[in-house]
Amino acid sequence: MNFDPRFSGRKFTSVGTRPIRPDGVDKVTGRARYGADFNMAGQLVGRILRSPHAHARIIKIDTSKAEKLAGVKAVITAADLPDLTNGDAAMYDVLDNCMARTKALYDGHAVAAVAAIDARTARQALKLIEVEYELLPHVTDVDEAAKHKAPLINDAIFTEGLEEKPVKPSNVTKRSQFGHGDVHQGFGQADFIVERSFKTEQTHQGYIEPHACVANFSSDGTADLWVCTQGHFVYRQHCAQLLGMEASKLRVTSSEIGGGFGGKTHVWAEPVALALSRKAGRPVKLVMTRDEVFRASGPTSATSIDVKIGARKDGTITAAEATLRYSCGPYAGSWAEIGAMTAFACYKLDNVKTVGYEVLVNRPKTAAYRAPSAPMAAFAVESAVDELAKMIGMDPVDFRIKNAAQEGTRSSYGPVYGPIGIGPTLEAVKSHPHMKAPLGENQGRGMACGFWFNFGGQTCTDLNIGMDGSVSLAVGTVDVGGSRASLSLVAAEELGIAYEHVKAVVADTSSLGYNDMTDGSRGTFSSSMATISAARNAIKILRERAAQMWDIAVDDVVWEMGHAVAKGEKHGNLGKLSLKEIAVESGKTGGPIAGHSELVADGAGVSFATHICDIEVDPETGATRVIRYTVVQDAGKAVHPTYVEGQYQGGAAQGIGWALNEEYIYGKDGRLQNPGFLDYRIPVCSDLPMIDTQILEIPNPNHPYGVRGVGETSIVPPLAAIANAVSNAAGVRMTHIPMSPPRILAAIEAEREWSK
Amino acid sequence: MRYIRPLSMEDAVGQLAGSSGTAAILAGGSDLLVRMKGGFIEPDLIVDIKAIDGLSEITETGDGFSIGAAVPCAVLGESAALKKAWPGVVEAAKLIGSKQVQGRCTITGNLCNASPAADSVPALVAAGARASIVGPAGRRTIPVQGVPTGPGKTSLAKGEIIEAILLDKRAPRSGDAYLRFIPRTEMDIAVVSAGVNLTLDEHGVVKSARVALGAVAATVLLVEEAAQVLIGSRLDEATLERLAKVCAGACRPIDDKRGTVEFRRKVAGVLAKRAATTAYARAGGK
Repeated sequence: MNFDPRFSGRKFTSVGTRPIRPDGVDKVTGRARYGADFNMAGQLVGRILRSPHAHARIIKIDTSKAEKLAGVKAVITAADLPDLTNGDAAMYDVLDNCMARTKALYDGHAVAAVAAIDARTARQALKLIEVEYELLPHVTDVDEAAKHKAPLINDAIFTEGLEEKPVKPSNVTKRSQFGHGDVHQGFGQADFIVERSFKTEQTHQGYIEPHACVANFSSDGTADLWVCTQGHFVYRQHCAQLLGMEASKLRVTSSEIGGGFGGKTHVWAEPVALALSRKAGRPVKLVMTRDEVFRASGPTSATSIDVKIGARKDGTITAAEATLRYSCGPYAGSWAEIGAMTAFACYKLDNVKTVGYEVLVNRPKTAAYRAPSAPMAAFAVESAVDELAKMIGMDPVDFRIKNAAQEGTRSSYGPVYGPIGIGPTLEAVKSHPHMKAPLGENQGRGMACGFWFNFGGQTCTDLNIGMDGSVSLAVGTVDVGGSRASLSLVAAEELGIAYEHVKAVVADTSSLGYNDMTDGSRGTFSSSMATISAARNAIKILRERAAQMWDIAVDDVVWEMGHAVAKGEKHGNLGKLSLKEIAVESGKTGGPIAGHSELVADGAGVSFATHICDIEVDPETGATRVIRYTVVQDAGKAVHPTYVEGQYQGGAAQGIGWALNEEYIYGKDGRLQNPGFLDYRIPVCSDLPMIDTQILEIPNPNHPYGVRGVGETSIVPPLAAIANAVSNAAGVRMTHIPMSPPRILAAIEAEREWSK
Repeated sequence: MRYIRPLSMEDAVGQLAGSSGTAAILAGGSDLLVRMKGGFIEPDLIVDIKAIDGLSEITETGDGFSIGAAVPCAVLGESAALKKAWPGVVEAAKLIGSKQVQGRCTITGNLCNASPAADSVPALVAAGARASIVGPAGRRTIPVQGVPTGPGKTSLAKGEIIEAILLDKRAPRSGDAYLRFIPRTEMDIAVVSAGVNLTLDEHGVVKSARVALGAVAATVLLVEEAAQVLIGSRLDEATLERLAKVCAGACRPIDDKRGTVEFRRKVAGVLAKRAATTAYARAGGK
């Protein structure tokens, strides 16, 4: 395949327009099928028994009474999911997380499961399973867990990345370091230094649709799985490996998805549902309750971060340093490492050092949450940057512009940047009307920047041209944010036909080659690249067929605006042939016309955003209200601007919830106190202002249309922007997220006491 | 599980009194159904009281108002007379859950659910509301604060059903108000709340007062000392500060996932002050 992915600077016809999404009508009329909407004849109800303890050894599980209950068709424990991971430590963790083997490692950890004829029987059966636990000391706080005397969660873990191999096991699984220059020397050159510590509490993605699947294991050893996921190919690999199947024997079909945000990149219930179906010999539907989603899916890390930044009087940052501790749940992860990479990515720094520590705690296994790890690091760094600007007496936007990374800057995590958007987003913010909007009493304004890498990855796409000239596009990246519309626009653009003649679907795992998940903001970036490639391959065939119809050499046929055109003087009297005209004749000219593409989409351009936010604080109660919010972000090229704006607004909305109220609250007993939307407070509609957006388009040189991923960067700046706004409104620096009313009021009162 | 929909109070009381196992009364169901769906309870008998004659009506009598046990909170907001007489009670009822929930939930259910954080209860207590109870032994009327005895517990005997909440006819120059603190703007549960009910004399001096605080103890607190602070005042700054202090002191809150002891004390005072100010203005005070 000789596909050229470089940016071509072409003029667009379809790309950049805002047609209605193909999945829209079914979604608003309730016809769309989500995970729990699949049903099969003879289907059983699966339910999971979960540990009520934060840390306990499993001495014995007696399932005999449950098995005898009428209507129960299968009961499974870890024994029914034997270890087939063959030394793959990461997969072993996935397996142990799906069904605890020797120890329950958090409140909510699965220990057994049943399949029964109805929900009531399944619930009763769970009550009949007797589990004997030996309680072990637990630790849920990231700083407590990192201490030497903390209860050990896994005594086989010794901290990686230290100069000397440690002799004692630790809850700190890994140390990682990034940076360049000499920070010690850099701080020596500083006229002003800000040094502060920050904490952020654990949050959940809060997707509206709980995890849901239907598993159907056939007696011939093949199986089907219908599931709500961000990556059905990855689910197939993982489930097949855990169940000892060949991947091709398991066909996974993804449903519509009611939000994922990184939280549906990991298997929890799916291997359990398959194991239940295998044992019962009937289809099993397993839908997690909201309580289970909170207790036992994958929230983000809780963090504790120390930041130190120094600058000269003229506003030049001379050194920047951060130590970041991120909770991983009870299994090793690389969350602090990502935080350490992203922390100072917005700035041009001669001396920078970041150190990340991965910390095990008795909480559910951390999963990705939209630009995972970056928002917390940005909160700490951008708060300190704001404070430093204030100390120097510079406008916070000007201070950031002065220090912003540019094309050619060596990033704090290593690579040298190509063309990037941090400077332009800051310039756009500086001249944005929001910055001049009047502020009332008890109101404050804050702004902050954010960075995300974006990913590309393995992608496979099919484009089939029907005999009526319409186009079916089969993609393997799950549509979480409108990508079917965007990819249809791209196919229409490349082929030169109308958007209405393209229908995109997400194909199942048996219909298409492997695709990485829809994560890392890669869906539209990578699948559009594959769609362009597939369309170009189809065009090649369309030209061949046209040449055949005209009986001329294919090299004399070019593709222009959806038509084959014969070039050269001797073909002067040949008219154009439309895609449809060629398709209609395809049965006589060589059969169906299709374009296929398989590629690794490299060169996902990094993305930057700057957010502005106005907050009002009630000084007597600590209550907050978001008055105005503006997102400015680089999209490279906005394929469907409405859905780009939706991503910007969605990230801001989630960030607002995270900044102000969302948090996992654990009791002293290690149990989650708020596993529901009543006390885990995501924002409701009336909590949010209209979120204004401004799309900048700085083309990504590594994509034919200049596209960059847009899904994740928008959640990076909000924690910091809101913290800066609250700090300005309340007159006291907020260092602990979420800034819930009790925390704000306590900070205001402490400041009042201190001022007396 | 058995579901019945009796047409008379007698039948409902008889069925409840004669039931074995667990029984639940269903009006709006905004607490009951949520708890059943969550798997927390599985009652053997559900008695739906919505078809009982008169229970879905608000009646205005010479003595005041009788609000049937099955009247949804949204309907309270549609009664101009009730809103005019008891704006604080109505605004409390209209804060429960969301618009959709208010179309189902009832103030009687809110009272019997016996949550310390119930929104309508402090307003009802401040208003001096009474509960009319029918049971196997006949009818009795008690002050609403006598119904909840602790979180999730009531003083209702087996077979007893509250048929209506009674509110007095309004004296001239009276006003009430209810405020709650929630971190969100709606769809939330009170972290602290305050209901204040005042009657003024012809000079704008507070003649009688009732102050109730919610979510700061196991049951709603009627703070007599706070009422005494208000009586004889025109709600000057010093009175309001004293009120805040007394209310903060009267709280017996706990630290929990919704707030700290310090936060609840402080905000109880702030809300009492603000609710008193609103109630005073509604009573015509200047």
